[in-house]
Amino acid sequence: MTSQTQEHAPATPAAHRAVLRVDGLSVEYAGEVRACVDVSFTLRRGEILGVAGESGSGKSTLITALTRLQRPPAVTTAGRILYHGRDGGPPVDLVTLDDKALRDLRWTSLSIVLQSAMDALNPVLRLGAQFADALRAHDRRMSKKEAWQRAAELLAMVGISADRVRGYPHQLSGGMRQRAAIALALACRPDLVVMDEPTTAVDVVMQRQILSQVLRLRDELGFAVVFVTHDLSLLLEVADRIAIMYAGRIVEIGTARALYTGPKHPYTQGLRDSFPPLHAPLRPLSGIPGSPPDLRRPPPGCAFHPRCPERFDGCDRILPELVPAAGHEVACLLYPAGGDR
Amino acid sequence: MSEPVLEARDVAKHFPVGRRGVVRAVEDATLALLPGRIVALVGESGSGKTTLARVLARFYPPTSGEVLLHGRAGTGRRGYHSDVQLIFQDPFGSLNPLHRVRYNLERALRLHHRTRDRRELERQVLDLLERVSLSPAGDFVDKFPHELSGGQRQRVVIARALAVRPKVLLGDEPISMLDVSIRLDMLNLLARLRDEDGLALLYITHDIASARYLCDDIVVMYAGRMIEGGPKEDVIARPRHPYTKLLIESSPDPGRGEDDRAALFDGADELGEPPSLVNPPAGCRFHPRCPFAMPECEQSPPPRTDLGGGHWAHCWLHQKGRAGDLASTTHAAAPALRAAGPADAPGAADDCGDGKEEGP
Ligand SMILES: Nc1ncnc2c1ncn2[C@@H]1O[C@H](COP(=O)(O)OP(=O)(O)OP(=O)(O)O)[C@@H](O)[C@H]1O
Ligand SMILES: Nc1ncnc2c1ncn2[C@@H]1O[C@H](COP(=O)(O)OP(=O)(O)OP(=O)(O)O)[C@@H](O)[C@H]1O
Ligand code: SF4
Ligand SMILES: [Mg+2]
Ligand SMILES: [Mg+2]
Repeated sequence: MTSQTQEHAPATPAAHRAVLRVDGLSVEYAGEVRACVDVSFTLRRGEILGVAGESGSGKSTLITALTRLQRPPAVTTAGRILYHGRDGGPPVDLVTLDDKALRDLRWTSLSIVLQSAMDALNPVLRLGAQFADALRAHDRRMSKKEAWQRAAELLAMVGISADRVRGYPHQLSGGMRQRAAIALALACRPDLVVMDEPTTAVDVVMQRQILSQVLRLRDELGFAVVFVTHDLSLLLEVADRIAIMYAGRIVEIGTARALYTGPKHPYTQGLRDSFPPLHAPLRPLSGIPGSPPDLRRPPPGCAFHPRCPERFDGCDRILPELVPAAGHEVACLLYPAGGDR
Repeated sequence: MSEPVLEARDVAKHFPVGRRGVVRAVEDATLALLPGRIVALVGESGSGKTTLARVLARFYPPTSGEVLLHGRAGTGRRGYHSDVQLIFQDPFGSLNPLHRVRYNLERALRLHHRTRDRRELERQVLDLLERVSLSPAGDFVDKFPHELSGGQRQRVVIARALAVRPKVLLGDEPISMLDVSIRLDMLNLLARLRDEDGLALLYITHDIASARYLCDDIVVMYAGRMIEGGPKEDVIARPRHPYTKLLIESSPDPGRGEDDRAALFDGADELGEPPSLVNPPAGCRFHPRCPFAMPECEQSPPPRTDLGGGHWAHCWLHQKGRAGDLASTTHAAAPALRAAGPADAPGAADDCGDGKEEGP
């Protein structure tokens, strides 16, 4: 296995540098709700991409589609998800991959940490048994005993003590379940892990411990991560790049620092200003006025225009595309294509 | 000051595990919720916050101690839940999946307010949805829970609790899945309910900045025990328990510089593991991880030290005249301090020396 640790100086040829190329991806629910619209981005090997954005903007839809774990009525209606395997062979399109081939990739190449940890863990199986099953499904030579031992190691990695390995999921606190789900996702050393709010349910000390483990393992094993969270200040600390979603589309994407210190999209600016401070003097905050759009009938033009403080003539008619602006990309008519403002 | 609406007195909750084991999920918990006041309950994952909230909501009987509503221990179940509503931590499990949002809300209105008139029910349901920023409400009433995103479900759960118009709301991470802007709407809504309706609220969260924005007082739990509490600004700006200090230093903070941030991640491994609650550490439960630990910390549980102004903590440092150590170092720097052994207490008697035994 090759491992690429530094995203700035990849050791592999350019063709293998990307682990995922998402191109024009659209996902709909029963042809009614357009939850992901024309999403494109490239994920580099070993990169951590943070995804933030409003509630209901399609983040979970996007990452379940990336791993083809979406359930009906969700349908991928357009686009490709090209996955470049570790072996350096030609990429496969996950959108059209058959079930058998997909099963072979799951856990060993692609894995997921769901928003609800309860969904990831089987309530009637002991914790250790779930790990043992996943491990042994992909390595038939592994004995039961070895598998349970490995399970204990993996759980220890996320701070769950050995006396819990024989327990059931409902006996764990919310945070412990979430940590167990993370350990399970990493169990078979995947290439790409998508995580839906993986640390929302744990305390900040544990969050830091888990993320420092994830960062270390990423350096060791070279997997890439797509990380959904509402916590922009956390993304600033762990993500290489951040994508902001609004009404099913990526409206801004760039390096974590650039996005935090110089957000371009008025929606991103609104998000950044909605954080109550930890130490600075408190004052009443009001968030972004107005309410999120109905994805069945999204507003014409820029979907944010009804709430946008900088709206001008054209915003309600012209759909802004993602264009480069000062080192990152933004979809807003304030930043016309070609003109770096 | 007004009388507490809901109180826990010396509450303990133990769960049996395996053949002989018992998880000491909550011990010695005493907490009073007052009308028009918000207490934030923060702390370690697995420290017993949810368990305490469930005991307060009478989903579990306490193993020992008592829960008093309006000063009384016994109230019928229906009556109890008309006054005390719990918002569950996991919004995925707490809505009836077979029914639409409308039914989930109407049921609460019917049950607790005997609202029968169809038009009136409909009006109230729509109004509740608008209040939790699910607007236009008409787009959401007919959805099934599985058709909603995580944050949308969480708001339906809040709306259902508000439908009951309770006197006490126990919110177990009620807004953890909302984006920051809608989170602010909810925080402002809860603050209004406190100020205008005199709601008593227990706000369980891992987001300390949001706790600071919303609450009046903060209580910190670690390994089943309440270890520190007091007015929010005192606890956040001057934590008096090493765990609280660690918690606040670990909170994501955009104001932090690159170097501090790197140090925080690098040091993360040295922070130790949460303790087992089946065999909790003797003495102070934080002592195996505490950079300030002294011999007595391993032997007996630290008593409560009142620090003035309603601020209190359970830590031996205050009893031994070493309170100043806490203020003068950070957790990232503290392991070195531990290796060096307890030095003379620098500055113990000055700004932080307000423990009981340190009179002038
Ligand atoms: N099964 C479904 N049927 C119809 N609509 C759905 C279904 N599941 C989700 N949706 C809608 O699709 C949109 C996107 O949902 P998604 O769960 O991806 O949002 P999200 O960005 O993850 O939000 P959150 O931050 O609240 O978790 C939402 O508006 C939601 O109401
Ligand atoms: N039904 C149960 N049986 C056995 N142990 C339990 C049960 N419910 C909770 N526990 C244990 O009690 C302890 C406290 O759990 P609780 O859910 O109250 O923690 P919490 O503070 O809410 O954590 P989090 O912040 O992760 O939600 C944990 O160690 C948990 O594993
Ligand atoms: S009592 Fe001792 S071990 Fe516990 S927090 Fe205080 S100094 Fe640390
Ligand atoms: Mg989601
Ligand atoms: Mg909990």
